[in-house]
Amino acid sequence: MFGSLAGRLQGIFRQLRGRGKLTERDVEAALREVRMALLEADVNFRVARDFVERVRGRAVGAEVLQSLTPGQQVIKLVHEELVELLGSREARLDLGQQVPAVVVLMGLHGSGKTTTAARLAVHLKGKRRVLLVGADVYRPAAGEQLEVLARQAGVPARVAQPRSDPVAETRRFCGEAAALGCDTVIVDTAGRLHLDEELMAEMVRLREELGPRETLLVVDAMTGQDAVNLAEAFHRRVGVDGFVLTKLDGDARGGAALSLRAVTGRPIKFAGVGEGLQALEVFHPERMASRILGRGDVLTLVERAQAAVDEQTLRDWERKLRQADFTLDDFLAQLRQVKRLGPLEDVLKLLPGATGNRLGEAKLDPRELVRAEAIISSMTREERASPEIIDGSRRRRIARGSGTRVQDVNRLLGQYEEARKVFRQLARWQRGPRRQRPDRLPRG
Amino acid sequence: MRTAFGRLLGRPSDDLVALEEELLLADVGVKATARILEALTDRRSAREPVRATLARVLEEILDAGPDQALRLDAEPSVLMFVGVNGTGKTTTLAKLAARLRSEGRMVVVAAADTYRAAAIDQLRLLTERAGARLVAHQPGSDPAAVAFDAVQSAMARRANAVLVDTAGRLHTSSGLMAELAKVRRVIARAVPGAPHEVLLVVDATTGQNALEQARVFGQAVAVSGIVLAKLDGTARGGIVIAIREELGLPIKLVGVGEGLDDLVPFDPRAFVRALLGGSE
Ligand SMILES: Nc1nc2c(ncn2[C@@H]2O[C@H](COP(=O)(O)OP(=O)(O)OP(=O)(O)O)[C@@H](O)[C@H]2O)c(=O)[nH]1
Ligand SMILES: [Mg+2]
Repeated sequence: MFGSLAGRLQGIFRQLRGRGKLTERDVEAALREVRMALLEADVNFRVARDFVERVRGRAVGAEVLQSLTPGQQVIKLVHEELVELLGSREARLDLGQQVPAVVVLMGLHGSGKTTTAARLAVHLKGKRRVLLVGADVYRPAAGEQLEVLARQAGVPARVAQPRSDPVAETRRFCGEAAALGCDTVIVDTAGRLHLDEELMAEMVRLREELGPRETLLVVDAMTGQDAVNLAEAFHRRVGVDGFVLTKLDGDARGGAALSLRAVTGRPIKFAGVGEGLQALEVFHPERMASRILGRGDVLTLVERAQAAVDEQTLRDWERKLRQADFTLDDFLAQLRQVKRLGPLEDVLKLLPGATGNRLGEAKLDPRELVRAEAIISSMTREERASPEIIDGSRRRRIARGSGTRVQDVNRLLGQYEEARKVFRQLARWQRGPRRQRPDRLPRG
Repeated sequence: MRTAFGRLLGRPSDDLVALEEELLLADVGVKATARILEALTDRRSAREPVRATLARVLEEILDAGPDQALRLDAEPSVLMFVGVNGTGKTTTLAKLAARLRSEGRMVVVAAADTYRAAAIDQLRLLTERAGARLVAHQPGSDPAAVAFDAVQSAMARRANAVLVDTAGRLHTSSGLMAELAKVRRVIARAVPGAPHEVLLVVDATTGQNALEQARVFGQAVAVSGIVLAKLDGTARGGIVIAIREELGLPIKLVGVGEGLDDLVPFDPRAFVRALLGGSE
């Protein structure tokens, strides 16, 4: 996500950093690029314009241009403004004391409300006892879909019959919650256009009659310029407490995220990041801003690594890395480990600088792993231990031996080099990941 | 492209700045907008208001001539509906089934979304409404096998068209894209010349990512045309201009609501008029 924007900004900032001194014109040129990058990332035209204005206002101030590292200063400004735009702190779900706490999900057609409802139920498992309520009485089989997902999530569900009054039905189900032993009700509503007066009125009625603790607008991360319109309209007419940004696992640059908050002042609370019911994450604005700037989402990675890789393995890596004896065998072992962290591409996207380097571009699928194994096992023990000795003729031999091409061997060696760098950093952060903030990490 | 944009940002006339803003706000995208405005600058004349010239430039880009129409001549014609999650594939398929039925054609529908919860139920209800015949297997079964059965059944009954619903998938998921390619291959093997259309359903609210969707789906399953769904909202759907301009894919159909008759053939003029706010 945000892949291209990160890449673009990195490129822009590398140029800035290369200069000793910046004139106002340099800053103008860079800001123009920033604006284009933002637009290409689907940030709303007006939001992007205001954003650039704010950065300009601060950048053209004397301190920045006269500082020894003006490029760095501009990057810092852009980062700060991005965080500002995304919200500076995580915004958690606030369920309050009243029982049942009602959470209403609303949004356009196909934005991912039903899936999000089930994921929220999974997310709250162990903390709350959730009842899923289906209030989509229009789309064929919407109720069935929610029932199936509720079964998978292991929570009870009640769905309004097609063509019934969804508000009355939902109120009835909320009344049943206590008897079902539930303290939280998550309501999935029908997709609706903000232009549809009748359906918006229904939403207002639902909100008035249920008094939900949280009304969340579910927005597709791929949404373009229209994000501001829909966010504004839902917010004005119904009232929005926060957003869920879905389908962030794709390559959408997700500029809608920047727009939503800018026009409503409401935070993004969750992000949908995959297909399964687990694929819901609390939205971290700072991590997102860091990711936009290409510093990598180290915190997420470390958290996931800690969940998926056992302590011993991590300690092994760390020791090896510290001793700088990170061999190709280790690389292979790590490729296999990383597979357990989730789809490799996702993990790679979290690594700092991964947008610009070969590691980030590598679409590593399982077949790639098989190929890597073949290549590495065609090397001699000596070659595996000291890859720098692998010259052209060795590469050709290895390619022949593994049934691959020399390019494949080259690519693998390139990836190994990148991995060596990245994992060395990872090992460093591993020592104090929880205390360290991304903005104190070494700049890529 | 950068120079074009730079030039425009440099010292453009006011009307171009306003048009640029409109195009960008319609999701046409930075690159396509720059190229369009460049073409516009070359073709401006004192005789025509600049908006009219722009409309002409856009219509020319969008006009796909004979490729605009759906290919429905073969018997059976096999049409696949593909796209990312929630764009409107199933609804569009049902709308088209209803239209073909109203023209007296016999339609078989393949429930090849075996993945999403209750996708088959949804399709069954819609197919009944449209008066078409459904071929479905169990949830979780092989989508290619469903498509194959549907095509076989269509041939046995001499049906006119087979409409294949597929599960929504992000184009970044290479495994799921490979699965889709397999569905296509199986169809191609079952009927020479099939699939006759592979329609990528794009949500009109989608921004620049739709271009990437079109590119990657295009590579995986040789998309033959675009359906622009949900154009009844406030989004302008301008990304199809970039898709047409950059990838040459024709836009074939437009979805304008949830009802079964809310599907219209794509009309470049009407689209451009709406995109530019209708006014002169
Ligand atoms: N307003 C409007 N809604 C539409 C249009 N086309 C589809 N929808 C709605 O969009 C939602 C999703 O449509 P589906 O047809 O289920 O989308 P899909 O692409 O099949 O979704 P998945 O199979 O889950 O990927 C439904 O609520 C439809 O009623 C349209 O042209 N306008
Ligand atoms: Mg569907």
